[in-house]
Amino acid sequence: MQRRSLEIWVGVFLLLGIAALVMLAVQVSSAGSGSSDSYRITAKFENVGGLNVKAPVMVGGVRIGRVTAIEIDKEDYAAVVHMDIENRYDNLPIDTGASILTAGLLGSQFIGLEPGADDLYLESGDELDLTQSAIQLETLISQFMFSQGQGGDGDNDSDN
Amino acid sequence: MTGLLQFLGRGVLEFTSRSGAYVLFLWRMLAGSARALSRPRLIIQQLYSVGVLTMLIILVSGLFVGMVLGLQGYYQLVNFSAESSLGLVVALFLVRELGPVLAALLFAGRAGSALTAEIGLMKTTEQLAAMEMMAVNPMDRVIGPRFVAGLIAMPLLAAMLSAVGVVGGYLIGHGQFGVDPGVYWGAMQNGVDLVDDVLNGVIKSIVFGFVVTWVALFEGYDAEPTSEGVSRATTRTVVTSSLAILGGDYILTALMFGGL
Amino acid sequence: MSRSAIPLTKAMSQPSYETQDSQVFDCKIETRDLHFSFRQNPIFSGLSLRIPSGKVTVLMGPSGCGKSTLLGLIGGRIQPSSGSVLVDDCPVPPPNSADLFAMRRKMGMLFQSSALLTDLTVFDNVAFPLREQTRLPEDLIRIVVMMKLEKVGLRGARDLMPSELSGGMARRVALARAIALDPELVMYDEPFVGLDPISMGVIVRLIRDLNDALGLTSVVVTHDIAEGCSIADYAYLLGGGRVIAGGTPEELMNSEQDEVRQFVNGLPDGPVGYHYPAGDYAADLEQR
Repeated sequence: MQRRSLEIWVGVFLLLGIAALVMLAVQVSSAGSGSSDSYRITAKFENVGGLNVKAPVMVGGVRIGRVTAIEIDKEDYAAVVHMDIENRYDNLPIDTGASILTAGLLGSQFIGLEPGADDLYLESGDELDLTQSAIQLETLISQFMFSQGQGGDGDNDSDN
Repeated sequence: MTGLLQFLGRGVLEFTSRSGAYVLFLWRMLAGSARALSRPRLIIQQLYSVGVLTMLIILVSGLFVGMVLGLQGYYQLVNFSAESSLGLVVALFLVRELGPVLAALLFAGRAGSALTAEIGLMKTTEQLAAMEMMAVNPMDRVIGPRFVAGLIAMPLLAAMLSAVGVVGGYLIGHGQFGVDPGVYWGAMQNGVDLVDDVLNGVIKSIVFGFVVTWVALFEGYDAEPTSEGVSRATTRTVVTSSLAILGGDYILTALMFGGL
Repeated sequence: MSRSAIPLTKAMSQPSYETQDSQVFDCKIETRDLHFSFRQNPIFSGLSLRIPSGKVTVLMGPSGCGKSTLLGLIGGRIQPSSGSVLVDDCPVPPPNSADLFAMRRKMGMLFQSSALLTDLTVFDNVAFPLREQTRLPEDLIRIVVMMKLEKVGLRGARDLMPSELSGGMARRVALARAIALDPELVMYDEPFVGLDPISMGVIVRLIRDLNDALGLTSVVVTHDIAEGCSIADYAYLLGGGRVIAGGTPEELMNSEQDEVRQFVNGLPDGPVGYHYPAGDYAADLEQR
C-alpha cells in the first residue's frame, strides 16, 4: 500500500517534469514551427552591420528561416550571408531582394526578403542579387550632424 | 612568515588530496550507478525522496520568481514601450538562467543536504559497514541509485521551475497589466530558440544535477561518523554545491552563449 | 578436543576440557605479527593470536585497545600496516574484491549499534542479505526469515520499523540478520553494551545457543569480564597493541600476571597506568 502510493507520486513527478519539458519546447520556443527541413541560399552585401548568425530571415514580418553563416568573399571582400529557408516556403521568386533591417530603433538586425515577380523559384545554393546593406546608425547620425552643421552655416541644403 | 607559508602549504595539500578523493569517489560512484541501473525499484524509491519531496518548493518558488520577473520586466519594458516583449524577457531569463540555477540551488538545499545527512547517518550507525560485511557494496545499493535519481530529477525540476515561472509571468503580465495573451506567447515563441535556449538550459540543469548529487553523496560518505561530523558535512554540501553551481553557471554560459 | 565435547544445546554450560594446546586445535582465524596504526597512533604492534574453530572466543581488553579494529581487520574492511590476518588459512583481505565478498558471505557480524537499515522493516532487514546474495523465490525467503526471527524470539515483531524497537530487540534482529545466510563465523562487537539485565541474559544465551546449535565459530569482543567469561570457551586479553594473556576463562581469572589481575579485578592503577603519560609533576607545577 505504502509502496503503491510512493510509486504513484514518482509517476506524477515524472509526468509533470516531462510535461514541463514539452511545454518549454512547444509553448515557449515553438518547436512546432521549427526548422525541420530547409534549403540554403546566399546573398552578398557590402556591409552586414551588426547582423548575427541565427538572426531571423523574414518576409513581410513572418519568420521563414534564419542566418546560418556570415563570411567574406575572398575576391571582392563583400560579406556573404548564408541562410536556411524552410522548405515549405519553396516558392520565392529568383528575383527576390534582400535587405538588412533593424527591429525597432535599437533592436537586433534581421534579413528582410522582398519577393519579386519571376516565374522561376529559388533553389538550394542560389544567390540573391538584389541586396541592400545594413543601415548603420553611426553613419546616419554623422550625416545628420553634418547636414545640421551645414544648415547652421549656410542656411540651405536640406538632406544629402 | 613561515607560519603563513605553512598555512598556505597545508591548504594546498588539503585541497589537492580532497580533490583526489572526490575524483576517486566519482569513479566508484559511476561504476555503482551503472550496476544500480538494473535495479529500477531502488531508483524509484530514491526518486521519491530526491524528486517528489523537492517538487513542491520548486513549484512554489517558480511561480513567485515568474511573478517577480513579470513585475520587474514590465516596469522596465514599459519605459521603452516594449511591453510586448515581456513574454520573451521572462522566458529567456527563466529558461537560460534562473530555471537551472535556482532549481539547482533549491535542490542542493533540499535534496542535497538530505542526501548528505542520510548517508552520513548511515555511516555513523554502521549501516554502511554492515552492508559491506553482508557482502553488499554500498556503492551499488546506496550511492548508485541516489546518484541516478538525482541525475534524472534535476532537469525535470528545472523544467518545472521554468514552466511554472513562465505561467507566473503571464499571470502578472496579463492579469495585472493587461498584456495581450497572443503578444505575450507570440513574442516568446519568436524569440526563444529550442536548441540555443531550451536545450542549453536543460544541459545546464543536467550538469548541475550531476555536480550537486556528486558533492552531496561524497560529503555524506566522507563524513566523520559522529553527529557533529554529519552536521558539518551537511553544511559543506550546501556551501560547496552552491559555489559549484554559480561558478559552473558562469563557465557554461560563457561556453554556450558566448557566440561560439 | 572435538566439537562434540560441548553439549549441543545446553545453554551456558561450563565447557569442561583441559587447557588448550595452541598447536592442536582447529584454527579458524589467525593473526601473525599484526601491526596497524590509525592516524599515527599505533593500535596493534605485533599482535599474534589464534581463534579456534567451532568455539566461542572472547576478546577482552580496556576501551580503545583496538578490539573492534581487530574485527574490522578480520572482515577485511581495513588493511593491516604489516603482518597478516588469515581466515581459513587465506589471507585477508584477498587480492580482489570478488574473493573478498565471497569470504564475507561466510561471515556474519553484529555491530554495536545493531546497524539495522532504518528504512526497512524488521522482516526486510533480515531478508536483506538473502535478497541481495541469493536468487531464492520470495516464499522461500519468507520461510527462512521466519525461522531466523523465531530463533531470536521476534517473529511477532516482523512488521515493526527499527525505530520502534528497544535496544535489546534491535540487537536480536541484527543477530537474526547476521545468521540469515548461515555463516561459518559470527563476530559480535560489544554485544552487551547498553542492555538491561534481561536483554543481556537473552543475548548471552543466544550467542551460546547459536554457536552450539549451528556449529559456528563465534568471536565476541567485549570489555565486560563477567559476561565475557560466562560464555567464553577461550579468551584473550588484549592491551598495548598485543596479546597480554590467553586461555580458558578460569585460567585468566586465576592468572598471576599483573596486567590480567588489574583488568579482571578492575583496579584503577597498575601496569595500565592511572595517569595519562605526562612529564615530571613538579616541573609542570613550577612552570608559570
